[in-house]
Amino acid sequence: MNYSMIRYTLGMLLLFESVFFALPLICAVVYWESAFFAFLIAALISAGLGLLLSMKKPERTELYARDGFVIVSLSWIAISLFGALPFFFSGAADSFIDALFETVSGFTTTGASIFTEVEPLPRSVLLWRSFTHWIGGMGVLVFVMAFLPLSGGQNMHIMRAESPGPEVSKLVPRVKHTAIILYVIYFALTVIMIVTLLCSGMKFFDAVNTAFSTAGTGGFGFKNDSCASFPAHQQIIITVFMLVFSINFNSYYLVLKLKFKDAFNSEIKAFILVVLAAITVVTVNISSMFESVWDALRHAAFTVASLISTTGFSTENFDLWPELSRTVLVIIMFIGACAGSTGGGIKVSRILILFKGMARELRTLVHPRQVKKITIDSRPVDREVTRSVNAYIATFILVFVVSLIALSFEDRDLITNFTAVTSTINNVGPGLGGVGPASNFAAFSPFSKLVLIFDMLAGRLELFPMLVLFYPGTYKKS
Amino acid sequence: MKIIIVGCGKVGEALAEELNDEGNDITVIDQNATKVKHIANKYDLMGVIGNGATREVQKEAGIDSADLMIAVTGSDELNLLCCLMAKKAGDCKTIARIKSPEYAEDAPYLRDELGLAMVINPDYAAAEEITRILKFPTALKVETFSKGRVELFKFRLPEDSPLVGMTLKDAMIKYKSNILVCTVERGEEAYIPKGDFTFAGRDVVSIIASSRSITEFLGKINYKTRTVKDATLIGGGDITHYLCEMLGNSGISVKVIEKSTAVCDELASQFPSITVINGDPADEDILREERVAESDAFIALTSLDEENILLSLFAKNAGSKKVMTRINRIEYGSVIAKLDLDSIIYPKNLTADTIIRYVRARQNTLGSSMESLYNLIKGEVEVAEFIVGENSPIVGKPLHTLTFKDNALVAAILRGRQLIIPRGAAVIESGDSVVTVTKELFMRDISDLLRQ
Repeated sequence: MNYSMIRYTLGMLLLFESVFFALPLICAVVYWESAFFAFLIAALISAGLGLLLSMKKPERTELYARDGFVIVSLSWIAISLFGALPFFFSGAADSFIDALFETVSGFTTTGASIFTEVEPLPRSVLLWRSFTHWIGGMGVLVFVMAFLPLSGGQNMHIMRAESPGPEVSKLVPRVKHTAIILYVIYFALTVIMIVTLLCSGMKFFDAVNTAFSTAGTGGFGFKNDSCASFPAHQQIIITVFMLVFSINFNSYYLVLKLKFKDAFNSEIKAFILVVLAAITVVTVNISSMFESVWDALRHAAFTVASLISTTGFSTENFDLWPELSRTVLVIIMFIGACAGSTGGGIKVSRILILFKGMARELRTLVHPRQVKKITIDSRPVDREVTRSVNAYIATFILVFVVSLIALSFEDRDLITNFTAVTSTINNVGPGLGGVGPASNFAAFSPFSKLVLIFDMLAGRLELFPMLVLFYPGTYKKS
Repeated sequence: MKIIIVGCGKVGEALAEELNDEGNDITVIDQNATKVKHIANKYDLMGVIGNGATREVQKEAGIDSADLMIAVTGSDELNLLCCLMAKKAGDCKTIARIKSPEYAEDAPYLRDELGLAMVINPDYAAAEEITRILKFPTALKVETFSKGRVELFKFRLPEDSPLVGMTLKDAMIKYKSNILVCTVERGEEAYIPKGDFTFAGRDVVSIIASSRSITEFLGKINYKTRTVKDATLIGGGDITHYLCEMLGNSGISVKVIEKSTAVCDELASQFPSITVINGDPADEDILREERVAESDAFIALTSLDEENILLSLFAKNAGSKKVMTRINRIEYGSVIAKLDLDSIIYPKNLTADTIIRYVRARQNTLGSSMESLYNLIKGEVEVAEFIVGENSPIVGKPLHTLTFKDNALVAAILRGRQLIIPRGAAVIESGDSVVTVTKELFMRDISDLLRQ
């Protein structure tokens, strides 16, 4: 393990975080809020510790796979611990565990909240909540890499550990340039969304907040009823952008390069298919609850987009919808967004590989000697990739089951516990029952909150980095 | 510069590493997914899996915007096809590796007819290097500049040399030779020595001068030189092929020991004047029977690095006067440096220097063109030769008035037929050919020597 490199990267990350605090600080000044001091102290603490850690440059800069995993998971834990400080100092959260839950939920773009009332919160705190979504959406370390001259080729290990999806491909030869391109696209799309919302008549603060939450596919709102009180056309805008941010960002780069055919790959086709199917089923199922089919369609589309993109906004309390709709909604939470987007979930490409693998197994049962390769976009999928997808699913189920058992000590109903784990591990936000869109996670015990915090981080980092961190073999010399 | 490298073999990887370090954007193409992944994990570059001669794969690798395509797969025909396709698809320069001795003669013709920027042949370059060293068998390495008018001579200082314990300044005063000591390697450190530098036994010293001055200087310090009359080559690969041709012309009698009967037959029929021994060189008896220890030079050129090292150590032990070892694949440079071997030939690195010179020359817009470039000590000390342009800031001023960077040195100035080993008052004029020695600097232009 290259401990000095880990220390240095963590230090750099904390310095970056103290810069991130500038945005809520400005907001606190503008609205003249006492939360200013909470942010100032938090910024000073992380800047001080960051300087201390990054003062001495490491002599050896080489990183290996295990260093990459450990750096990524430790970074996410560190940025969450320090990001929680303002919630705690400003008195918004009652305990540090609550503050930590809120921050982890923010950075992992989950959007599960422990606040029963968000409207009385200071505006700077609200902004910090949605800003954590924006930072966490594309990945903190990818951001750091875009600005930092990290060691040569080995920072691919970091990118691979942080980016969602079964396979990570670079857009251009250098990791640094790839990171910059991704962030430019991300930034541009966010600005487009802010402008669109402003044109639709939303106030500036609200538009920025909503855009940050949507871009990161997070779901922290600034109203108690999430997006229910927004006018219909603003809900439609948000629906569209939730879907936009759940598509692989590589595709936007390919579109910019005028490679439309490559951009519109089979993962996106499958994603659109699932979205349309889910909207149709839900619309038909709930149409009797609304005055017109259009209202039903609007709410169905919003809810489906919100849950499959793992954003977690809501316009309606879908917990009260018929069983068929509720089932479909839970299923799409698992499917999640496309690989390489800001969304969570298992990812459409993994599901695609899984299904194709299953079809291949069936075929080999019929023709035991047939040689068949799984292909996606007419390219053979590497055996290594199918293996990692299978391992991912198995690990996913294991983590899920263990978390579910851990939560069940609290004696809540199964639906609540099941969907609480579902929505945290998939980074969605709301679930059903006790954690439905009209409720929140405040009632859980500190132990359960810790379990859910782990689930959120594990879900965002795609399980393995967090597991590597707790695997003793990682630190052994041999 | 955007560079595409087709083929992730030894040469491809060496090129990818060095060009990447120089700050170029690299994309590698290979049909072997494992190799591509290995390289893409090791260096900050992009990998594409597929046949580099197909349009689709070239497009995916970004041929449209590439500046240079280097084809170094194991097949000469494929390399040429890659370059032809690249030339049609994008507006880029192309470099192909031609390694088969059958095509080697046609290489310049192929280059011109097919519009290639350069044709490289690592094995041929290795054979050339071996031939150069055989002319000065006590040298570890010999490089030539300006068509042979300036030479760089690298040798190990014997423990009993009169230079040991002397400072560079005293040595220069005492021997009054027209030479320049450009680098000294001691253990793992490399120095560009100043006047107060003191020589020690077993230092590896590189000097730059004309061929005559070098001989003169070596005579003055009682460094024994001799000539090679016969050489034993182990292994009958491509390098051996080229060597038989080159050495045959220089009057050195050649003996080749090769395991495969077919290869022996071919060599014997192609080069009737050489002695071909059919036998396994790993068999100690055969080496003893052929009395390899008594031949003037022992050159291990099999395709197995381990075997080459072992055979060289054996020959050195048995008392061979000059041992040369070809190393293709294995890295572990620090361990190899500790072994008691004389000259080590790295074919994969030889052509990398040529290509890097080409890449840097294309990036340089300042008007002094780089003529040649040698990595004297891998990744650390470079020797480069420039033709100085008119507008260069270095022109027309005495050297002692210019402020040079640390570890940068003007080693030789060539004006017409005259060789100047520069002292402080020397002045560089435009059109001069200047040899520079630098440590840890990437030279693109001669003005890179100066502190900005």
